[in-house]
Amino acid sequence: MKIRSMAAILAATVVLPFAAANATDLEVTHWWTSGGEAAAVAELAKAFDATGSKWVDGAIAGSGGTARPIMVSRITGGDPMAATQFNHGRQAEELVEAGLMRDLTDVATRENWKDIIKPASLLDSCTIDGKIYCAPVNIHSWQWLWLSNGAFETAGVAVPKNWDEFVAAAPALEKAGIVPLAVGGQPWQAAGAFDVLMVAIAGKDVYQKVFGDKDEEVAAGPDIARVFKAADDARRMSKGTNVQDWNQATNMVITGKAGGQIMGDWAQGEFALAGKVAGKDYTCLPGLGVTEVIATGGDAFYFPLLEDEEKSKAQEVLASTLVSPAVQVAFNLKKGSLPVRGDVDLAAANDCMKKGLEILAKGNVIQWVDQLLSADSQKQKEDLFSEFFANPSMTPEDAQKRFVDIIASAE
Amino acid sequence: MTGQAHTGRPSKLLRNLSSKIASIPMMLTAVVIFLGGTIWTVVYSFTNSKLLPRAKFVGFDQYERLWDAPRWIVSIQNLAIYGAFTLVFSLVIGFLLAALMDQKIRFENTFRTIFLYPFALSFIVTGLVWQWILNPEFGVQSVVRSLGWTSFTFDPLYNADIVIYGVLIAGLWQGTGLVMCLLLAGLRGIDEDIWKASRVDGIPMWKTYLFIVIPMMRPVFITTLVIIASGIVKVYDLVVAQTSGGPGIASEVPAKYVYDYMFQAQNLGQGFAASTMMLVTVAIIIVPWAYLEFGGRKRV
Repeated sequence: MKIRSMAAILAATVVLPFAAANATDLEVTHWWTSGGEAAAVAELAKAFDATGSKWVDGAIAGSGGTARPIMVSRITGGDPMAATQFNHGRQAEELVEAGLMRDLTDVATRENWKDIIKPASLLDSCTIDGKIYCAPVNIHSWQWLWLSNGAFETAGVAVPKNWDEFVAAAPALEKAGIVPLAVGGQPWQAAGAFDVLMVAIAGKDVYQKVFGDKDEEVAAGPDIARVFKAADDARRMSKGTNVQDWNQATNMVITGKAGGQIMGDWAQGEFALAGKVAGKDYTCLPGLGVTEVIATGGDAFYFPLLEDEEKSKAQEVLASTLVSPAVQVAFNLKKGSLPVRGDVDLAAANDCMKKGLEILAKGNVIQWVDQLLSADSQKQKEDLFSEFFANPSMTPEDAQKRFVDIIASAE
Repeated sequence: MTGQAHTGRPSKLLRNLSSKIASIPMMLTAVVIFLGGTIWTVVYSFTNSKLLPRAKFVGFDQYERLWDAPRWIVSIQNLAIYGAFTLVFSLVIGFLLAALMDQKIRFENTFRTIFLYPFALSFIVTGLVWQWILNPEFGVQSVVRSLGWTSFTFDPLYNADIVIYGVLIAGLWQGTGLVMCLLLAGLRGIDEDIWKASRVDGIPMWKTYLFIVIPMMRPVFITTLVIIASGIVKVYDLVVAQTSGGPGIASEVPAKYVYDYMFQAQNLGQGFAASTMMLVTVAIIIVPWAYLEFGGRKRV
């Protein structure tokens, strides 16, 4: 309590001098810094500037892992920005519980977000104790297998249609000197690939039981053992990747040095940048071609509580701008992600995006792990899987045991 | 005499009053920020604080979890390996270089500059440079292979068993120059007459170094030791830049564990527990040594 009141005093000293300046300058922090991402942010800024306020861009380079600690420490340290990006889910949960975030329920009810935002789980992730605290802006899904058509041609095998065919084709790829599966060295890539394997191979229900209900018995059971078996295959197939960043791994697929990669739909931007055409140069298999689902993870904007009246009003304007149909279309086309509302038309979308929209329309959606597990459990999982993928002497059984421990201690 | 002692007493406290007042801010900083911050961290390591500090005490839970975490164990082992080798090699190599410099060689300035230059680079730059040098596809391995030895393999950063030695090489490259300079300064402080005397007595040069000069350089060695040791404990940026802890978790270090759990995992309690363990480790090493060094006799 004491700390919070101290923080409030500190906040007051910092906020007051700024109040004298133009009150409707809103600083917005985010970690969208690559070419395509920056173009997408420019769309948001343009739309917000048109409402008479001013978007002050606060991009933080170096992906979410670097940016989030900075954002959190600014908010907890009493120097809050006017709005900030997080992945919707549990990343901002404690900030909300500590009363540092602005309640958006008024805007949400006025504009009827409950009915327009599809799927509804997006808004659920923004809701804590019945109040809405964030404005979702896009859907990014992880469940994609990107395959290089050229690599399979070189190896003399047909492009696989699902995970099992891919595993079967691996020896032929290796013989041709191609790494079958590119997995970059950053910990989140290994952990993400495992989560994708889990929902694809064990199915939606098991996935929900393990990550949603934190059911230890299911996590220790035969379904998950099968997933670890597949992860073992993936580990063998990824040997020799030797790159760190996800886009370097994607680049191996683009240049035909690797057969495929399990990566989110943001990889699409890399293919597009390299001038590759979906279906001709590369193939995308949602849900690894086994279970066609997509997770509704993605980005959302949160609004820290500010003292300034006018700024608070501008925050509401920004929130409603972000979910408005025109902004949703312009932003998501540039970003390569899916819109958060079903009533907009994305005619310009490419084949892979259309596949995603179709799955979304069918309602084959799951909540992503960010929405189900705390950042703490996620980090433990990252540690486990980065070790598992780098260390061939670790057996799938041992890894599963440690996985069960993580699930058991998850909150 | 007695009168002098009587009046001398209060004056001791008030002597140099202005300089004492001037040092109050620094003293406050030391007590409040360093000591206070340390105590606060230790206390909160017994809580289940997540993103924000919360005074909900859970006993030794955080420590149990910490010592159960394979990543923490690997971090400690890495720090031990990195620390032991850095200490030995940077002192030995640094002293050898300094002794060689001290032979009244030509172009001493040039050599000294060359050896000290890496120290002017940050750990981040050092890490990136050595990441490229040790990369099997662009660095040493590919150069040797292109010379004709095609089976040559040297990829420490992609081999979990030896990755920490890859980090060690970079650390030594960066830090040895400074050690050399410090020790060279110490060597220059040794009186010429000592050398003359030992030469008159016919003592070989290596013996003079080992049994006369090095014991005389004790204070310089202690300073150097403290600088190296603090560099070892806080090693973080080098690993982040060079391997980011990989492959897998093979090159993780404690400082990185602390940062990752405090900020990425949003688990302050766990990060505090880890940093407290780092403090305890340092204390276990420093306290007995400091006691032996300064405790026994009073020095002026």
